[in-house]
Amino acid sequence: MPFGNTHNNFKLNYKVEEEFPDLSKHNNHMAKVLTKEIYGKLRDKQTPSGYTLDDVIQTGVDNPGHPFIMTVGCVAGDEESYEVFKDLLDPVISDRHGGYKPTDKHKTDLNHENLKGGDDLDPNYVLSSRVRTGRSIKGFTLPPHNSRGERRIIERLSIEALNSLDGEFKGKYYPLKTMTDAEQEQLIADHFLFDKPVSPLLTCAGMARDWPDGRGIWHNENKTFLVWVNEEDHLRVISMQKGGNMREVFRRFCVGLQKIEEIFKKHDRGFMWNEHLGYILTCPSNLGTGLRGGVHVKLSKLSTHPKFEEILTRLRLQKRGTGGVDTASVGGVFDISNADRLGSSEVEQVQLVVDGVKLMVEMEKKLEKGESIDSMIPAQK
Amino acid sequence: MASSFTRLISKRNTAVLLAGLGAGTAGFLLSENSSLAAEAKKKLYPPSSDYPDLRKHNNCMASALTPAIYAKLRDKVTPNNWTLDQCIQTGVDNPGHPFIKTVGCVAGDEESYEVFAELFDPVIKDRHNGYDPRVMKHPTDLDASKITHGMFDENYVLSSRVRTGRSIRGLSLPPACSRAERREVERVVVTALAGLKGDLAGHYYSLGDMTEKEQQQLIDDHFLFDKPVSPLLTCAFMARDWPDARGIWHNNDKTFLIWVNEEDHTRVISMEKGGNMKRVFERFCNGLKQVEHLIQERGWEFMWNERLGYVLTCPSNLGTGLRAGVHVRLPKLSKDPRFSKILDNLRLQKRGTGGVDTAATGDTFDISNLDRLGKSEVELVQLLVDGVNYLIECEKRLEKGQDIKIPSPIVQFRK
Repeated sequence: MPFGNTHNNFKLNYKVEEEFPDLSKHNNHMAKVLTKEIYGKLRDKQTPSGYTLDDVIQTGVDNPGHPFIMTVGCVAGDEESYEVFKDLLDPVISDRHGGYKPTDKHKTDLNHENLKGGDDLDPNYVLSSRVRTGRSIKGFTLPPHNSRGERRIIERLSIEALNSLDGEFKGKYYPLKTMTDAEQEQLIADHFLFDKPVSPLLTCAGMARDWPDGRGIWHNENKTFLVWVNEEDHLRVISMQKGGNMREVFRRFCVGLQKIEEIFKKHDRGFMWNEHLGYILTCPSNLGTGLRGGVHVKLSKLSTHPKFEEILTRLRLQKRGTGGVDTASVGGVFDISNADRLGSSEVEQVQLVVDGVKLMVEMEKKLEKGESIDSMIPAQK
Repeated sequence: MASSFTRLISKRNTAVLLAGLGAGTAGFLLSENSSLAAEAKKKLYPPSSDYPDLRKHNNCMASALTPAIYAKLRDKVTPNNWTLDQCIQTGVDNPGHPFIKTVGCVAGDEESYEVFAELFDPVIKDRHNGYDPRVMKHPTDLDASKITHGMFDENYVLSSRVRTGRSIRGLSLPPACSRAERREVERVVVTALAGLKGDLAGHYYSLGDMTEKEQQQLIDDHFLFDKPVSPLLTCAFMARDWPDARGIWHNNDKTFLIWVNEEDHTRVISMEKGGNMKRVFERFCNGLKQVEHLIQERGWEFMWNERLGYVLTCPSNLGTGLRAGVHVRLPKLSKDPRFSKILDNLRLQKRGTGGVDTAATGDTFDISNLDRLGKSEVELVQLLVDGVNYLIECEKRLEKGQDIKIPSPIVQFRK
């Protein structure tokens, strides 16, 4: 809650042992890292906006997780959370992002011309291509913590910035609150509409408060560039199109993002970014580039091959169902995207997707012909 | 466009504001001194910018919360540092249904009802048929011997049940409590219950530690409560840290049971198969009195005052917090078009046999008292008893092909 959390000071009347959460049945990064010592050290701290340790970890306490799926189990309420609660978040970040150290520096590269290839993925297999990231506006708290007033200003700032885009980026904003039924149907048909979060991972972190106040969707006339406002992050920026031309998708992504950032900077406001963590977002899993670049690709044969998972791991890719995170694949079509976010640049991550998907499509074709793919199995990237 | 943009977010403005507060430079915003930053933020975000959009809402909070009341109360805190925004979050997140008016706000502690009285008083008045906490007093009466005709025809009444809630004074309520407080509630209650004897002697089952076998037995007995899924509860922060410090206590006879740390500190339930509502209510009163005595021995007490009666999390449960009800078969009456009106006039409500917001199965209904505040426990149970007897009479008459009458409405509050 905004304007300071004096309720936290009241809890300090109780000893650490009395307040420490029971994490004995939990499987998430926060539960693996949080000891009574760390809890004792951090529990009387607050960020300048009043976000506390209990706020950071509530979602991880309420969602013990699954033995096979390791969730993060904590969120940031503002930019300063990553500083004030370093003792918890640095080890969580290290666990989640392949050993990333507190002294490491993150590289940002949004120059789409540095991408090699990516315009020739076979559209018989690659049905669609998409790149998304998030951006947080400096000076405001994040979705788990922000007040209605802050959220509305974020919406207003975003609309003003987006409405000043032109050319291929000219578009329109649809606030969730006042959308007509016809608009809603169209947005669903376009696969653009986002729902009120039902995942307890998000709701327990306070991100669905006051829904749908201050939330909306902006997209360009061509329906290839879209921005979600105030869902899990201040902004989620998405570039997408049917077919396999990831190069074009990435070009539009980079150009659009940079135009938006320029407009914010012109008014003395930027995105949250620093050279250690890259772009600052609500969930520690999205730090760095916050980028998920992926395709919907038909891999009916490869997906049933015993080495499928290993191939994905070596290519630094992950699979999801075509409904997004935590959904199952339908008809042999998978969502394949980069697994990394922090420690490598946007160009590097999209390059991995482009190269990796190209290889997997070739493997699929081989398997269709009844040939072996053993010689094609890549080394660990 | 540019000017409104810059006015909204110019760092220079913030610096000017902070300088006005005597803070110096804009760098102060990022310092450890959170209270000055909080002050500056309050000026940047006046209550009007934070006032929720309630135009599509149908709940008591939305009807009562004007921008003026919000502005007055937004920056207040209770002694436990609970705020108005936290009280109303559930009502903002759940616009409700045009046909069902929910309450839309909860208390975080006993003092919420005082500190935010300007919101809670009109909400209470709306929900409790005009009961005005500013001028009226609530009567408490747990003398079960006063109940008459409390034995129902068991050809119709399948089971009888009385429930209420009790809060432990000095500890925050489920929306606000920290883990330590919740564990303290559990400790206080479980220690007291261990002192019950005779037909009330029993056992505590902690939700976190129960075995599969115990869990299955509790489900079969219809005792087990689940982690809340209703957004009315989850948006009010009541499911935090589940299942830490939650549990169920029941006596060996399985006729008296207590839920610990679900929607309230305790929910106390007396129930039996059959129609002996008088005995159910006797056990209810007797058990409550004994538990109260046992916690008083250790220096604790229940939250109660003469304005609001027993203080519970949801304003709808203030007063007696009492819901007395039966599962009753009414195959003919339930199809009669006058059924709803009869229930209304008798101050009764129907629910499905799964409890609140469920549908009836077959012809069996859960019938219980509508009111909670402004009438005593004895009065409400007597109303239920008289009402159910009347419904059974109607059913018997319809069976014989005779006609039934809609009874005159019952008077609200004593003058």
